[in-house]
Amino acid sequence: MRSSASIRRAALVLAAVAVLAGCRQDMHDTPRYEPFEASTFFADGRASRAYPIGTVARGQLRADDHLYTGRVNGEFAETFPFAVSHAEMARGQQRYNVYCAPCHGQIGDGNGMVVQRGLRQAATYHQDRLRGERIGYFYDVITNGFGAMQGYAEQVPVRDRWLIAAYIRALQLSQHAPLEAVRPGDRPRLDQTPEEQLAPPPTAATGH
Amino acid sequence: MSQIFKQSANAWSKASIFALVFTLLALGWAVMVLQRSDFVTSANQFIAQPVQFSHQHHVGGIGIDCRYCHTSVEVAASAGIPPTKTCINCHSQIWSDSPYLEPVRASFRNDTPLEWVRVHDLPDFVYFNHSIHVAKGVGCETCHGQVDKMPLMLQKASLQMEWCLECHRNPEQFVRPRSEVFTMGYQPASSQAEIGPALVKEYNIAGSSNLTNCSVCHR
Repeated sequence: MRSSASIRRAALVLAAVAVLAGCRQDMHDTPRYEPFEASTFFADGRASRAYPIGTVARGQLRADDHLYTGRVNGEFAETFPFAVSHAEMARGQQRYNVYCAPCHGQIGDGNGMVVQRGLRQAATYHQDRLRGERIGYFYDVITNGFGAMQGYAEQVPVRDRWLIAAYIRALQLSQHAPLEAVRPGDRPRLDQTPEEQLAPPPTAATGH
Repeated sequence: MSQIFKQSANAWSKASIFALVFTLLALGWAVMVLQRSDFVTSANQFIAQPVQFSHQHHVGGIGIDCRYCHTSVEVAASAGIPPTKTCINCHSQIWSDSPYLEPVRASFRNDTPLEWVRVHDLPDFVYFNHSIHVAKGVGCETCHGQVDKMPLMLQKASLQMEWCLECHRNPEQFVRPRSEVFTMGYQPASSQAEIGPALVKEYNIAGSSNLTNCSVCHR
């Protein structure tokens, strides 16, 4: 009598453990899609869905040609579609260093690390053709690519593309600035090697 | 009538009582160790991927920023796995005839996704958002380890709840300046004990009583 009751109890515990183990698995992996998960439901096997062709999400109509295409009346724009603040310029620099510097280099001379590893020579922004080019052109190349360069529309949002273009202008200025643009106190440093320039100024080092 | 038990049984019975206690303790200890082992957490284990992609080469060797590929890490829950197009940006020209990269080219040619195997797979009952961590000064390597030293990607942390809580209880021990979030091999300029609390204050990081609220992660 007693032994059959304890056997029943043991069986119950075992069953509970088995059921609980089942619960754990289900809750770790519930029937919903995680980002980029494969799908057996959709024909192309992707849970991430693209917009059906020809649809426009609410609020995403790209009516502003200047902003979205970099063109005004079919010609490359000569102005920015919005005012660029100093803080936004800093963001442009940071985005440039992430997405452009690998090929174009941090100073825009076209000798980034990927070029050094074998990609076709990237354009330098300091050539006359690009120094004279309109700002909309840079936006267009970032968006659609040029030559061996693929477009960066998927990687860089619209506004950031304009900020990068703004920073390219700053890079161009940096390599063609007249001597008068440098503060007199800083002018001796122009003759220093890059290593000397990177070293902290002697006044800061002594701490007086 | 002879005794059923020999006299030595006294010693055996005492010993077995102790043995029972120690066996139970040892068993408990073994379960705890097993539960935290790489075998259970799948940390530090290489996973076969469709392409032998090396973070060591791309991040450590070439110096490409994390965000070049993981574009949504600052704005979304998922950091983003790059589309094959991102590989093609460079590999249309570099190593463009390497047999290692044939799966990449096939993916681009046929518009079929590369089927990467997820390395960091949180349980579905955990809510995790990359963007808030990046915005509050949690470095990539704080959770993912130094990927610039990983020829093949592996999970560095256990991803267990006690591991999450380590930081949610004491964020000042882990946060870094926002400008250093994507840096690999970061060393604090001064001691972490000095800059940590200052950064927690500057970035308005919630107190540990808020950060350890169940519904912060289980929502």
